[in-house]
Amino acid sequence: MNTFLEEVNEKINGVPIQRCYHCRKCTAGCPMAVAMEHNPNRVIKMIQMGRGEEVLASATIWLCVSCETCITRCPNEVDIARMMDVLRQMAIERGVAAKEKNILKFHEAFLANIRMGGRINEPSLMVHYKLKSGDLFSDMAMGLDMFMKGKLSLISPRTKDMKSVRRIFEKTKQA
Amino acid sequence: MKVSYYPGCSLHGTAKEYDQSVRVVSRALGIELEEIEDWSCCGASSAHNTNFKLSVALPARDLIAAEKKPHDIMIPCAACFNRFKTTEHHLKHDQALKAEIEEIVGGSYQGSAAIRNPIDIIANTIGLDALKEKVVKKLTGLKPASYYGCLLLRPPEVCRFDDTENPVLLDHILSALGAEVSPWSFKTDCCGGSLTISKTEAVVTMVDRLMTMAREAGANCLVTACPVCTANLDMRASRHLALPVFYFTELAALAMGQEGPEGWCRLHQTDPRPLLKELKLL
Repeated sequence: MNTFLEEVNEKINGVPIQRCYHCRKCTAGCPMAVAMEHNPNRVIKMIQMGRGEEVLASATIWLCVSCETCITRCPNEVDIARMMDVLRQMAIERGVAAKEKNILKFHEAFLANIRMGGRINEPSLMVHYKLKSGDLFSDMAMGLDMFMKGKLSLISPRTKDMKSVRRIFEKTKQA
Repeated sequence: MKVSYYPGCSLHGTAKEYDQSVRVVSRALGIELEEIEDWSCCGASSAHNTNFKLSVALPARDLIAAEKKPHDIMIPCAACFNRFKTTEHHLKHDQALKAEIEEIVGGSYQGSAAIRNPIDIIANTIGLDALKEKVVKKLTGLKPASYYGCLLLRPPEVCRFDDTENPVLLDHILSALGAEVSPWSFKTDCCGGSLTISKTEAVVTMVDRLMTMAREAGANCLVTACPVCTANLDMRASRHLALPVFYFTELAALAMGQEGPEGWCRLHQTDPRPLLKELKLL
């Protein structure tokens, strides 16, 4: 059976994360490090130390904004942004509850919206997300303002060939 | 020139002034846009955060549709642009994945169409001299800080059309329009856009820092090529720090004397009209 480290490396499908020599350049440039309980460099170290479960249960993996500053600056080409994608997907597959629940709920609402119409309809995405998250009242004034300016149209053009879009969702469905 | 046009979802909604200004500027510069037939969403951050194959298959569907025409693909949205470029990178470097994605999407991918942002097309194909010739109202007094954000230029081996750490093409375009570009070192610092709805408090700090740094550099507005950055910067900045935020194409249209800019300004959260009127640009 693969170790957690081996599994992560296999899914990243690039440079193995052991190549990291802990210069912490990724963390120095990370805009979210300040809000994370384990910074990006520490996540690599934790995976090397076999602390995968803690990593998957952390808020860090959800707080990463995928800005790709880390991979751009890593002297060893360790793809940390891709590693964060891999960790999020492993957490979902293993049924580990997302510590930042609303971030995952937003992603789910977003993808459900594409599955429904092929393209995002922003007002219906927001309603769906608010119902899922229970965060009903934030941004109401702003939403209303945008609606009055005509920036939120309830009906927007959608993809016609929805069969092909649904086929993509069916075939990429994770167990 | 003729290009295949991928507006993406935002440009039909909250970023409609970006769509309209891209169309106006393209027409004025002789770029003919042909929308990709029956396009679908690229999946944005939510797909690659949660499902790798979905994140490649969704843009692949659009790429295969676009390849039916022999044109470059123009993608104004930085987030869509990044997903398309990343997909192209995966499909060209991983033959096994390519075969799997082709089966999922039900079509074959050639990799024949170049994926380009309008900054690249205007600066490198149309050319700054041709742009300058169209300027009828120089943007004198406008001091933009050009803001590229994360997704136009990272990672460098995927999105290489300008310098990764200190990109300059947008500055050159704005200078060609007669603006006095404010140099600053936060051009590619992240604004937190993808978490603007689901983790707002963290994002406000990031946006306020960018606004503070732009002010310190002497800027009186920010200029972007991304609907996510624009919405985030324009919506989330604290009131005492907020500067007007423009799409670069809105300013190009203004400088070229095209119809539209005043109406687009009405759609912004921070109204740019007082600034433009003070500078006698409106």
